[in-house]
Amino acid sequence: MAKHKLPRKSTHIDMTAMCDVAFLLLTFFMLATKFKPDEPVVVKTPSSISDIIMPENSILLTVDPSGKVFFDYDNKKAKAILIDKVNTEKGLNLTEAEKESFKRGASFGLPFNQMKAYLAIDPINQKEYKFTGIPIDTTTYMANVNELAYWVQAARTAGQETGTPPRICIKCDASTVYPRVKDVIKTLTKNKIDRFNLVTSLEAIPDGSAAAMERDATSPAKMPETKTQ
Amino acid sequence: MAEIDTSGGGKKKGPGVKKAKKLSTRIDLTPMVDLGFLLITFFIFTTTMSKPKTMEIMMPTEDSIKKEDQTKAKDYCTMTILLSKEHRVYYYIGLADNPLAPPALEVTYFQNRNGIRDALIAHKKKVYEERLNGMPGHKADDEPVIIIKPDFNSQYEDMVNILDEMQINGLNTYAMIDITDVDKGFIAATEAANVGN
Repeated sequence: MAKHKLPRKSTHIDMTAMCDVAFLLLTFFMLATKFKPDEPVVVKTPSSISDIIMPENSILLTVDPSGKVFFDYDNKKAKAILIDKVNTEKGLNLTEAEKESFKRGASFGLPFNQMKAYLAIDPINQKEYKFTGIPIDTTTYMANVNELAYWVQAARTAGQETGTPPRICIKCDASTVYPRVKDVIKTLTKNKIDRFNLVTSLEAIPDGSAAAMERDATSPAKMPETKTQ
Repeated sequence: MAEIDTSGGGKKKGPGVKKAKKLSTRIDLTPMVDLGFLLITFFIFTTTMSKPKTMEIMMPTEDSIKKEDQTKAKDYCTMTILLSKEHRVYYYIGLADNPLAPPALEVTYFQNRNGIRDALIAHKKKVYEERLNGMPGHKADDEPVIIIKPDFNSQYEDMVNILDEMQINGLNTYAMIDITDVDKGFIAATEAANVGN
């Protein structure tokens, strides 16, 4: 029998505060972030100093290192109009379920003749699908022959019907050979699209360059000592 | 740990005397916190706060290219840049209109020092000096013009880097056109000459 009994202290910690913090952080993340869009292929874009944010309503053309082109459009309403248009004009005979699958789906890169087979697969297996890329016909670049041109034109008209015409963004891997990129750009310019965005990762403006001086001239905090005139 | 004492009905002291049951209301919140942090971790990994950044490009449309041919750039303002394999950058001053008199081709890379950026800065400075020297054809408001011709073995990264250099150095007048056979000949000649080195 122990003569000296060790005084036992309570080990209960009140977890209420910790729980509050956790749910506060959770609410922040739920409200301030958007889910990452599903990408069919990992693309590492080159870096540039340009900090223009990708426009909201835009058509995204992804080009992977081997030159395959994927198409995505983030405007849900326009996507519905787009798939109807494509279905009737290209005679794909898509069912309503397949059209729904298209509307909810992510980037795809297939010629028209494989679209029905792809859309019939359930969404989980769609992610594992081996895409062959949208074919780009380089003889005419015109929308009646060149599939990429057709998709872009159709998406633009679908977007215009729902309100704002979409911007075109090209997200290309750094190691893609230039002729492939040239094909994509030429497809756009031949179809009268001469303004588009290239998705790049952000890098800092090098000090001492003309761009750095422009940035310093327009920055709000300008020290009086640096004024030369 | 969690205790809700519900065993208080054991003793009865007799009719008329009722002991009030004291229930412990302490709930252990540890699993709740675990759940909260699990959800936070899920949202951190599957969402993104910032939208990707882009670079705006304006290419000339097919119609305006014919107009561009009419307003030719001046020889002293122009620097032609050829993008080749393995991130090589060849450049020369002028338009190289005369295939019999090949210009001196310099070769460099995209590094920060002594690369194409320094070459562009030097060219810009030279144009700003020469436009004021009153020679025929030199106007005081001539701007440096850069012609970019990527070769078939260059990569997309090179194209983006050179367009980035345009923005870094404040050069607004530039054009990207197809490489000509004449230029390809220049590159081949320079590579052949340097094979021995």
